Amino acid sequence: MPQVAIKAQGLVKWFGEGEARTDALRNVDLETYFGEMLYIVGPSGSGKTTLLSVLSGVLKPNSGTVLVENVDIWNLDEDGRADFRLNKIGFVFQDFHLFPRLTTAENAAIPLILKKNDWNESLKEANNYLEVVGLKDRAELPPVKLSGGEQQRVAIARAMVSKPDILIMDEPTASLDGDTGNAILAFVHKNVLNPNRCIVVVTHDERIYEFASRILHMADGRLSTEEKTTAEKGAPEKITAEKSVVEKSTPEKSTA
Amino acid sequence: MKSILKLGYKLLVNDRAKFTALLMGIIFAVFLIMFITSMFFGVLNHASATVINIGATIWVMDPTVETVANSVGMPDYVLDAVRSMHGVKYAVPLYSGAALVKLADGTYQAVTVIGLDDTSLLGRPALIEGKIQDIYAQSGFIVVRDAEFSKLENPHIGSEFELNDNRAVIVGVAEVATSGLYGIPTLYTTYQRAVEYIPNPRFTISYVLVEPKSATDITQIKQQVERLGYRALTKNEFMERTANFFIYQTGGGTNMLIMTLISFMVGLSISGQTFYTFILENLERFGALKAIGIKSRDLVGMILFQATFTAITGYGLGVGFCVLLIWLAKLRLPSYAAMLTYTNLVIGFVMVAIIAGISSYFGIRRVLQIEPFDIFRG
Ligand SMILES: Nc1ncnc2c1ncn2[C@@H]1O[C@H](COP(=O)(O)OP(=O)(O)OP(=O)(O)O)[C@@H](O)[C@H]1O
Ligand SMILES: [Mg+2]
Repeated sequence: MPQVAIKAQGLVKWFGEGEARTDALRNVDLETYFGEMLYIVGPSGSGKTTLLSVLSGVLKPNSGTVLVENVDIWNLDEDGRADFRLNKIGFVFQDFHLFPRLTTAENAAIPLILKKNDWNESLKEANNYLEVVGLKDRAELPPVKLSGGEQQRVAIARAMVSKPDILIMDEPTASLDGDTGNAILAFVHKNVLNPNRCIVVVTHDERIYEFASRILHMADGRLSTEEKTTAEKGAPEKITAEKSVVEKSTPEKSTA
Repeated sequence: MKSILKLGYKLLVNDRAKFTALLMGIIFAVFLIMFITSMFFGVLNHASATVINIGATIWVMDPTVETVANSVGMPDYVLDAVRSMHGVKYAVPLYSGAALVKLADGTYQAVTVIGLDDTSLLGRPALIEGKIQDIYAQSGFIVVRDAEFSKLENPHIGSEFELNDNRAVIVGVAEVATSGLYGIPTLYTTYQRAVEYIPNPRFTISYVLVEPKSATDITQIKQQVERLGYRALTKNEFMERTANFFIYQTGGGTNMLIMTLISFMVGLSISGQTFYTFILENLERFGALKAIGIKSRDLVGMILFQATFTAITGYGLGVGFCVLLIWLAKLRLPSYAAMLTYTNLVIGFVMVAIIAGISSYFGIRRVLQIEPFDIFRG
């Protein structure tokens, strides 16, 4: 029996009041497990980003509870929730959000810096993760010198650097071309996912469905119970094929 | 916290163009303000040159006197009255007035003549050439070697000229702490000779210089002088009165205030806007930091650090440039009046602190408004 990572119950979230009110989440229940890569898919405006934000302690729901490793995160105070995010959650955003004036390594080190760890040690650790994502030789460059796929890998290194139990990825491939996006998710599936980690991915991108452990559909603020597993899809060969894409895009030796 | 501050430092300084613009705004404002105020303080200081150079503790004068340079003669009985006052150790007369010197080439030069009490020579200047006793020699005058010295054609001991149609001989060359404001040379002689040489209205005593028996007697002396119908001011009070005249009655104060405000506005608009743009440009990333888990107070601390760092760097450079410029100006122009005091430094610092405070207030307010959720939504 897999261990529950996130248990959400009765999540309701709306924006605006009266005429202008939009219901983004209408009574959503959800459980995610360690060791799985859960996909949430659905049409634009169906509430996927809202759900991710509520689950990760970024956006307060109007009602409902979110237990992460049995901690009721919406009962914590502001600082407690900031600490929770810093220590338990890794974020990968659609638009990377890297600081253009920092080096790649400094960008990747940000969660450790925010934890007030020593600067040099944070950079050392960040470099280890840049090596994992195959960007060790780019460590001193500013992110703008990197391709889109490379920037997203920096963002992944940044999300991994604090060894979070839960990784949240909102449309991680939306700013990337198909092949690159596929390679990134293949990489995450192979190198980031582990039995003690839960990865929640929101996406529109059908080309990356093959890496999902489970897929939940979202429509109009509701999660459908319909689930789809990819176990039978024979993904392994595909993953191997994609892995070579990751390796190709990094001239030096890549994955650790 | 140290690594968060270092992060803030890098975000700020690595953005060369913006950091330069920020610094320029502050440097410019500090430089202008320091420059203007030091000019002004310099002028005020020079306006009180005679008070500073003579150095007497208490000055008794006609109540209508506004600056030391514009004395109003007092009758001799004032001196006697003051001498007999309670708490007075001694009191001597001082003459301060203007005269015309006819130079060798036939042109005239205005001079300030200071007549020292014949017996005590109280307030005498330090001589660099000659002996002070020679001031008693016939037609003896001591010339001050300051920036205006050359206007008397660089006289030396033995030089002669006509002063208000009387023969005058230079018997000594002196140095004083502060030169006058009006750009004319200064001559010292005895009180008697000054009164004799320079045509005067009825009353000849410009000031009565008083030394009290002790500092506690000052108030009492002032009251007694007031009862006599005159005014007694301590050295500092007299300098202040002179300064107030220039600040309030010549428009100098208003000018300085306007200039100060202008430099403040310029500095604030350059630096404030640049800092705000810097915040706006990084807004999404600050939002990402919030999502990742930076605490609000750490974020505020980081922005305050950025503002403080910029302010202090800009202030230091601004003061540095100002000092350099005044130094250069003084090299070329010995009478250049600018004077840097602690007050200047404090005025500049307060202004920079306000600029940094206002800029970071708006920046922080904006950053605290960001919803990390909006970062997710892209
Ligand atoms: N701050 C907001 N104010 C008002 N309405 C909002 C706000 N944020 C989201 N919404 C609305 O809530 C609904 C769900 O939005 P959400 O961003 O979660 O959708 P999504 O499934 O992530 O869409 P997409 O695939 O386009 O990213 C939408 O109708 C959206 O317009
Ligand atoms: Mg979305």
